[in-house]
Amino acid sequence: MTSAPALVVDNLRKTYGNGVEALKGISLTVQPGDFFALLGPNGAGKSTLIGILSSLVNSSSGDARVFGVSVNRQRSEAMKLIGLVPQEINFNQFEKPFDICVNQAGFYGIPRRVAAERAEKYLNELRLWDKAQHQARMLSGGMKRRLMIARAMMNEPRLLILDEPTAGVDIEVRRSMWQFVNAINAAGTTVILTTHYLEEAESLCRNIAIIDHGTIIENTSMKRLLATLDVETFVLDVAAMPAELPRLPGVSLRRTDEHTLEAEMARSHDLNSLFAALSAHSITVTSMRNKTNRLEELFVRLVEHGRNEPARGGQEQAA
Amino acid sequence: MSNASTNLVALHTIVRREIVRIMRIWTQTLIPPAITMTLYFVIFGKLIGSRIGAIEGGFTYMQYIVPGLVMMSIITNSYGNISSSFFGAKFQRSVEEMLVSPMPNWVILLGYVAGAVARGLVVGVLVLLIALFFTSLHVVHPVITFLSVLLGATIFSLAGFVNAVYAKKFDDIALVPTFVLTPLTYLGGVFYSVNMLGEPWQAISRINPILYMVNAFRFGVLGISDVGIGMAFVVMLAFVTGLSVLALQLLKRGVGLRS
Ligand SMILES: Nc1ncnc2c1ncn2[C@@H]1O[C@H](COP(=O)(O)OP(=O)(O)O)[C@@H](O)[C@H]1O
Ligand SMILES: [Mg+2]
Repeated sequence: MTSAPALVVDNLRKTYGNGVEALKGISLTVQPGDFFALLGPNGAGKSTLIGILSSLVNSSSGDARVFGVSVNRQRSEAMKLIGLVPQEINFNQFEKPFDICVNQAGFYGIPRRVAAERAEKYLNELRLWDKAQHQARMLSGGMKRRLMIARAMMNEPRLLILDEPTAGVDIEVRRSMWQFVNAINAAGTTVILTTHYLEEAESLCRNIAIIDHGTIIENTSMKRLLATLDVETFVLDVAAMPAELPRLPGVSLRRTDEHTLEAEMARSHDLNSLFAALSAHSITVTSMRNKTNRLEELFVRLVEHGRNEPARGGQEQAA
Repeated sequence: MSNASTNLVALHTIVRREIVRIMRIWTQTLIPPAITMTLYFVIFGKLIGSRIGAIEGGFTYMQYIVPGLVMMSIITNSYGNISSSFFGAKFQRSVEEMLVSPMPNWVILLGYVAGAVARGLVVGVLVLLIALFFTSLHVVHPVITFLSVLLGATIFSLAGFVNAVYAKKFDDIALVPTFVLTPLTYLGGVFYSVNMLGEPWQAISRINPILYMVNAFRFGVLGISDVGIGMAFVVMLAFVTGLSVLALQLLKRGVGLRS
């Protein structure tokens, strides 16, 4: 049991009642102790996946195992291991943060005395203790998000899942949230977070899966992903293909057909030196274009989205 | 920690939260039924009742309607408590706090039902105390009285829960009491004996579950009933069983709760 991965997602599919196919057969593995990012644009299926893991959404097929425990077949056992910070505010706004935390612990069968101690500990760590006895609707947007983190810690989960916890939260609050989550991770809790902020995933996570239109399009380490993204590929149409491709420093050349070459190089590499080198080997370039890949397109969309996102403001609901 | 003690803590948590809620909004949960029933006692019991005279078994009209009115407040308050509390939890999405926990469905159901029954009992006692200002009563069969209250409150708590599970907007939990519960209560022998009705109305009245609750309770308090007391308990137990099975089935399928 202890050697089982923190999470195994096995060919999960979800089609909602209205016919929307939110997940089209997703598989991934998260190792114990990892800090894992699930990155994708709005509507990609991130919340659907997390809904299935936390049993709020019924999968159409496939299964997930949390530390070896099946969410489908041993729901209760699996839920004991998970702490969930959902995307939308979902506590009773008329209750007090202290009661919200203590009651949550109660649902997990944690005796009230232990629950009260934990509530004090986590509300303190998330700097909400002075608000513990105020009605939750009086909290600011950032405080409400932190309250949901404290609440998720009440059962001291082995797997903490956060669904876009920083959406609409200002930079400072965001930093303090990450400090807390980093400490939790360092203490051994596996963390999975979804985000559509690339920088957030970059600065926090060791491994990453990228999801788009209900499909995982990349699943790798943060390091390798960044290396990929740092590389640019150009498609060059050449007048005549040389018999042997020259070796150019910092550029990897590939022949794709009779008249085209692909040149892959770091974004920082300048193009003048590429053309100079090609001329020196008597290769004439007749036209050139940028080769786009799905990952890049996705990142463009993500980054655009990130820019349009307001820097402040909460997810306050009319309720 | 054993499963039983885990479930007990969870159950206690829900019941406690329900009772805290009832107390927090006591002006909405405890005061209105007290006022409504005081008006019923004044108008039907005192003003009109004094002209009716003894109705059955030598009881005054006031004495006759007290058990019915107490049962009526228990029913409406149990129903109202669970439907608004559980639908409110769905509406604010705080129901998710319970749905993501390891808690089995029956604990959720039992917790909410116990909370709603508690509200029914508190209101029932309150109304009974008010009734004592208007008339004297001495309970003939205490055990039957208590059991009929318990079963009546449980049935309508379960029904209110089912209503809340299906409800998509607040109207959905407001309409059922108005169009179903209130008419059934009025036709359930609260204000009159069904023996006073001709056929087919007497036969039709006998398919109304509220008739059995009101009469079981009246039997407990006054010792008179329009229906056989054994039959009344069979009907009530059947409703408890049927509605429990339905509610658990809905929870298991996640109707209105898990997408
Ligand atoms: N309850 C639901 N009913 C129907 N469609 C839904 C529901 N929830 C999400 N969807 C749809 O499923 C897709 C994935 O949504 P979601 O998982 O919320 O994406 P993300 O969290 O990545 O933004 C979207 O097209 C969304 O409109
Ligand atoms: Mg989402």
